[in-house]
Amino acid sequence: MNDQSNKWIGKRTVRPDGADKVTGRAAYAADATMPGMIWAKVLRSPHPHATIKSIDTSKAEALPGVKAVATAADFVDFPVDTPVPLGIQDMRWMSRNMLAKEKVLFHGHPIAAVAAINEEIAAEACALIEVEYDVLPFAIEIDDAIAKDAPILHDFMKFDGKPSNIAGTLEHTLGDVDAGFAEADVVIERSFTTKPVHQGYIETHACVVSVAPDNRTTIWSSSQGQFMVRAMTAYLTGIPQSNIKAIPAEIGGGFGGKTIVYLEPVATILSKKSGRPVKMVMTREEVMRATGPTSGSKSTVKIGAKKDGTIVAGQGTFYLQAGCLPGSPIRGAAGCAFAPYDIKNVHSFGYDVVSNRSKVAAYRAPGAPIGAFAVESVLDELAVELGMDPLKLRLKNAAKEGTKAAHGPTYPRIGYAETVEAALKSEHYNTPLTGKFQGRGVASGYWFNAGGESSAQVNITEDGNVVVTTGHPDIGGSRASIANITAELLGINYDQVSVQIGDTASIGYSNLTGGSRVLFASAMVVTESTEQVIEQLKGRAAKIWGIDPSQVVWEGGEARPMGEHSANFPSMSLEELAAKANATGGPIGAGSQSNTVGAEGGFATHVCDVEVDVDLGIVRVLRYTCFQDVGRAIHPSYVEGQLQGGVAQGIGWALNEEYIYNKKGQVDNPGFLDYRMPVCSDLPMLDCGIIEIPNPKHPQGVRGVGEVPLVPGPAAVRNAVHDALGIWIDDLPLSPPNVLAAIDANSSLQAAE
Amino acid sequence: MSDIRYLAPQTLDDAIAQYAAAEGAARILAGGTDLLVQMRSGLLKPSTILDVKKIPELTAIERTADGGFKIGAAISGAALEEDPDFGKAWPGVLEALNLIGSTQVQGRASMGGNLCNGSPAGDAVPALVAAGAVATIKGPNGSRELKVEDVPAGPGKTNLKPGEILVSFTFPARPKGSSDAYLRMIPRTEMDIAVVGVGVSLTLEGGTCTAARVGLGAVAPTVLLVEDAAKALIGSTLDDAAIEKAAAACSAACNPIDDKRGTIAYRTKVAGVLLKRTTAIAAERAGRT
Ligand SMILES: Cc1cc2nc3c(=O)[nH]c(=O)nc-3n(C[C@H](O)[C@H](O)[C@H](O)COP(=O)(O)OP(=O)(O)OC[C@H]3O[C@@H](n4cnc5c(N)ncnc54)[C@H](O)[C@@H]3O)c2cc1C
Repeated sequence: MNDQSNKWIGKRTVRPDGADKVTGRAAYAADATMPGMIWAKVLRSPHPHATIKSIDTSKAEALPGVKAVATAADFVDFPVDTPVPLGIQDMRWMSRNMLAKEKVLFHGHPIAAVAAINEEIAAEACALIEVEYDVLPFAIEIDDAIAKDAPILHDFMKFDGKPSNIAGTLEHTLGDVDAGFAEADVVIERSFTTKPVHQGYIETHACVVSVAPDNRTTIWSSSQGQFMVRAMTAYLTGIPQSNIKAIPAEIGGGFGGKTIVYLEPVATILSKKSGRPVKMVMTREEVMRATGPTSGSKSTVKIGAKKDGTIVAGQGTFYLQAGCLPGSPIRGAAGCAFAPYDIKNVHSFGYDVVSNRSKVAAYRAPGAPIGAFAVESVLDELAVELGMDPLKLRLKNAAKEGTKAAHGPTYPRIGYAETVEAALKSEHYNTPLTGKFQGRGVASGYWFNAGGESSAQVNITEDGNVVVTTGHPDIGGSRASIANITAELLGINYDQVSVQIGDTASIGYSNLTGGSRVLFASAMVVTESTEQVIEQLKGRAAKIWGIDPSQVVWEGGEARPMGEHSANFPSMSLEELAAKANATGGPIGAGSQSNTVGAEGGFATHVCDVEVDVDLGIVRVLRYTCFQDVGRAIHPSYVEGQLQGGVAQGIGWALNEEYIYNKKGQVDNPGFLDYRMPVCSDLPMLDCGIIEIPNPKHPQGVRGVGEVPLVPGPAAVRNAVHDALGIWIDDLPLSPPNVLAAIDANSSLQAAE
Repeated sequence: MSDIRYLAPQTLDDAIAQYAAAEGAARILAGGTDLLVQMRSGLLKPSTILDVKKIPELTAIERTADGGFKIGAAISGAALEEDPDFGKAWPGVLEALNLIGSTQVQGRASMGGNLCNGSPAGDAVPALVAAGAVATIKGPNGSRELKVEDVPAGPGKTNLKPGEILVSFTFPARPKGSSDAYLRMIPRTEMDIAVVGVGVSLTLEGGTCTAARVGLGAVAPTVLLVEDAAKALIGSTLDDAAIEKAAAACSAACNPIDDKRGTIAYRTKVAGVLLKRTTAIAAERAGRT
């Protein structure tokens, strides 16, 4: 499939959702409305940590206009000692995150919800709910949570036999690190911290849920997986999955943050109790206080190398904040950190730490940027110490086909070295910086990528066009890419293919949009389905011509007779065959469902130029190029969009994004004014170096694309700041006050001014 | 849900009468870019909104008899930008006003709103203070004038009395060799709030600074007039020693808080840095060769 004769694969076709989005027609969850619909609001904890002694909702229920009130008591109970895993989540923790049970665990933790005839009355009723608390001491930062006398969030959680806020650990071992370090000529060890950062989707969480008297439930919501919404709602409400239809709305950004539910089960119970459709829309403040972010972290990384740059040992310890309930992405941090390199001795250890913060949610390569920040920073220092070009150091140690990675796999054909070579050869890397206090940094990164369950249905319409249905919300171009592939396989025009995202009742189970899995997996099932459709089309033509189907080929969008028959019949187009479908056996279409495997990892190398205003501590990015092995760029514009979006988020993480807590244990910057994501004018045009080393295990060579672009960013920026100033800054963000403080602490730089 | 009354009086007298009649339950609406945000967040719940944009005195741009300007308090930054003369005389005031928000916000945001909102970080205010602008205020007891630096009373508070409306700003005539500038420090490039803001207005005669005023924002409960900084500049040729002294005066004037937007140490240092940079721009605009 990867040849130049492709007509649609690799083309920048017009995005199918574009017109709807720019004309305001695209229907997001908050656009949904129904006759008789009422609104629900959530009562949230004023304390970061407290035992709930009692909840009295009677005054709220008595308020005119209130139709239903819900607390944790209305939902299925998940005892803490019985794990109920669902994907990377566990329903014990999901249920307690959705509505507090025994305890409130962070400021903003939902306690109860009220549905009323309008939002104002719902909010007023929330204020009438009386909750009695036993207020407890709290811990926000990792160091406070793992201190000897730390307040313990969960009595049932033990580490080393004692009550602890360490919820779990993960270890990867390869070879013998002690022996490795003994061989090293140079050993560098450093410790780092990163702040929690939010996914920053523009669309806040929203849903409308309607439960009929017979319990048949319809959910319109914005999520990264309608089947995830269905499963979690079923678990939490006790309504069987077959009675729930979850309809995916157009999604206004997710980046991992919409892979779990906050509202849908609550709205379901309120709808069930009130008999009315219930709508919930979070405010930005609610999003910032009680959803997402990804973990803050502290880590220590030690790398040993020979004088010639051969890395002989790597060791990393990563503490990640889980928020108030277990489940931080230690696998991404500990597993991906050393993955771009062929190192014989690796030891990588992760700690999952709970504290009184909102529960973390997935964020683009969860955990991986944290691990990469530490490892890529130490590698840069190693390069300086060895007097080696930092890219050549990486290339010398690059993982390749056959490399055994510490997290398990032995790599098949991968494209990591190619990303470093492309960076080394690039015009960007070879253009010297000229200004004062300018610097260049590089960093690499890895993400596992994922396969998993997907379903597709390919139907030929009566007029000879094609409708493809898949089961994944499109957060990054999957519809356009699937249309490119389908048009290519069928040899028809892109415009003839319409790609739909089915609801849970109209397409088979499809795992959520996450792990960079969607195009990889759905292309596989769409390919299988389309190949079946082609077989049917050949069969229909054969029937019409009265020849054996093996004597028919599908070429250029039409059935053609072969061999001895080639001159006997004129070829038949899709349109002609569709018109005759009923006479030749009925509707034409095929579906396919599979648990896909073979999603191989993705690698990227970034080059970043910055300039530092040394009087104000402001770091500005001057130029940035992202080199990535994308397998096969089915739709290059979308691939570039993924790369640029990930880079922008990485720069934000590096420079200004952070959760700031006040002394009362509350988020002090719950909005986009003081939670500073980059705005357009903060960034230069972000350049992309797309490298295509096709994934040998995929029909179109696809590798996941969407997550690895975030991974190298924070380290690339930090390394560039070092190049500009000669100062290693080990704590993110590199915000103006932090950078100026580092400059002020460094007298040699002041003398140089 | 409580209803909100919206009034849009056509004359200043009507506005003053209606404002007084509402007895403190009304809020004045100019561009609304602060007011509506505060209402949405639940911070304010006025029962009456008094839109002052239909009142001629609040939207006029006039030249005064002595060659200065009288600018209506409710004029948006975008409208003021269109005036052919104001920006030539007061480029610093105009750039401060039009740093606010985005293009959309600048179509609505006014100097009066920026000042009356009472934020120590309001961008137009240090430039207005540096300009020596005087606010004309009118209420049930008649008109009075206040120097702009005397209007703010603390975060979110002004010295306007109940029932008083800010009508206009009067800017003095500009001697030859005068100009002004405004700079703010924000972590991003736009859509942000000043961590420190500095306005400088000065007059140069034969290379010597004969007049100067310095306004300093976001480093104290109110925007400050930094007289010591001005003194350091006046009489100098804006040489390094004078500039250093003025910068030190700005740092010394700071009485900031440690908050999510910046530390005390950071704000104090940056106040001095911005004084230097702002003075350099103002001097260049004033014709320093
Ligand atoms: C997206 C966005 C970005 C922003 N960025 C900035 C920024 O960069 N810098 C900055 O300084 N500000 C910023 N702001 C805040 C705001 O835009 C400014 O303070 C603006 O100048 C307010 O003017 P306005 O005319 O909209 O005031 P309004 O909101 O109409 O009024 C503000 C307050 O002043 C009172 N008031 C208004 N006019 C009068 C009057 N004539 N007499 C008495 N009281 C009056 C009102 O009752 C209200 O309390 C931003 C706001 C938004 C929404």
